[in-house]
Amino acid sequence: MRRKLTSVAGLAVLALTLAACGGPAGTTSSEAPEETGAPGAATDHPYGLEVAEAPEFDEGTTMAELAEAGSITIGTKFDQPLFGLVGPDGNPVGFDVAIGSLVAAELGIPFENIEWVETVSANREPFIEQGQVDIVVATYTINDTRKEVIDFAGPYYVAGQALMVRAGNPEGITGPADVEGRPVCSVEGSTPAQRIVEEYGADLQATDVYSNCLDPLRNGQVVALTTDNVILAGFVDQNPGEFELVNEGETFTEEPYGIGLEKGDDEFRTFINDVLEASYEDGTYASLWEQTAGAVLPTPEGPAADRY
Amino acid sequence: MEALLSNGPLWWDGMRNTLVLTALTTLIGLPLGAVLAGMRVSPVAALRVAAAVFTELARNTPLTLVFFFVFFVLPRLGVTLDFFLSAVIALTFYTTAFFAEAIRSGINSVAFGQAEAARSVGLGFGLTMTEVILPQAIRSVVPPLINVIIALTKNTSVAMGFFIFVLTSVAQRLSTTNGDQVLQIFVGVALSYLLITVPLGQLADYLEQKWKVVR
Repeated sequence: MRRKLTSVAGLAVLALTLAACGGPAGTTSSEAPEETGAPGAATDHPYGLEVAEAPEFDEGTTMAELAEAGSITIGTKFDQPLFGLVGPDGNPVGFDVAIGSLVAAELGIPFENIEWVETVSANREPFIEQGQVDIVVATYTINDTRKEVIDFAGPYYVAGQALMVRAGNPEGITGPADVEGRPVCSVEGSTPAQRIVEEYGADLQATDVYSNCLDPLRNGQVVALTTDNVILAGFVDQNPGEFELVNEGETFTEEPYGIGLEKGDDEFRTFINDVLEASYEDGTYASLWEQTAGAVLPTPEGPAADRY
Repeated sequence: MEALLSNGPLWWDGMRNTLVLTALTTLIGLPLGAVLAGMRVSPVAALRVAAAVFTELARNTPLTLVFFFVFFVLPRLGVTLDFFLSAVIALTFYTTAFFAEAIRSGINSVAFGQAEAARSVGLGFGLTMTEVILPQAIRSVVPPLINVIIALTKNTSVAMGFFIFVLTSVAQRLSTTNGDQVLQIFVGVALSYLLITVPLGQLADYLEQKWKVVR
């Protein structure tokens, strides 16, 4: 209770300070009382999540630190439709963003106090190791080499690698075996790119963001784009009539997406796993999916957390 | 570092592409730059203006945008080129302007009286340039030219985002499979760039000494 009073006082001070500065302060000061006030406040959350009020955690845990600070830094992708795609207002939207904000909400952190940092395939481990982000929710495949330097909570979704081709499949590609020696586009440093080269002998044409692959695919400079099915589904959805997934998105791998966090923080990992499994039970998970990736992909069953 | 050492062929793929891009761009860009610099100091106003416009356009456009134009805009205009050729074109377009400016500064460093003397003994513009100005200009132009080539070597890393497997791509690719050695891999790749650029710097020093003019 004391904490709550302190935070109300803090907000009042903040509102006054901002009001003194003029300009946009008007909106800030009028919103502030609503957030801390009545029970209806939870509906302000863009994904309709209820932010926990002053949750209790053991002293010294990451959860206690984050709840105390009232803010969290989350790494996510900024260029992946359905999962993490940054909008004109600078905030990313998608299922990864929803999952990240679910963890934040359980820590008592409202959506507007989350700082989103763009993480690309190659900088996720360094960002976690250096503490530049608290967690990474970025279509992040769990694997053993990554587990040597960081830890994963989850998985919260199992994606799989698939192939996307031009609509009508003019090259007649029926599966990964058909791309041997042919130009296939993907992102340098990603797991799917590595696999299509090492296991299927494709002539990899690598770039730094998946969206760069679309024009070469349209022009026929590459015959396919390969990565996880969910990402490809996003491109199919964004470019109606231009692309299609080989065999209706059939996957040839299992890519369990996990939430990356600092190595050795077992309490935080267990906490996130509990949050995820609770969300499968109470329907929150399905609701978050339907608000984001559910626009294109069928709603999955939440995969059991891998509590290693 | 171990990951880098055990992937020699992959490293060489990246190194080779970086070297070839640098070499081809220099071989095409340097003569073009010399022509452009000649145009900048020529007596024909139209040539001077054309060269100035090109130089300002090319050196003031961010390199990534030049790449973007060649890789994504040209195909939409109906010109679809091989990826490697596109990279060479983008790098050449950008770097030629810097070559031209380096050469022009060399030309300007030759005292104006030299050109006047050459013209007064009856040499035309062409002979004045090739026999009198350029042989003297080359001495002061070598260090800045090598600077441009060093910058070019590092600029080739932009091609990584555009379907070319260069040295930087080696780091990117190996860090996927070796999440525990990311830092070492990037340091190793940075050292690989030094393998190219440090000898270039030494070459500049050597030529500068060799062609030093005692005035």
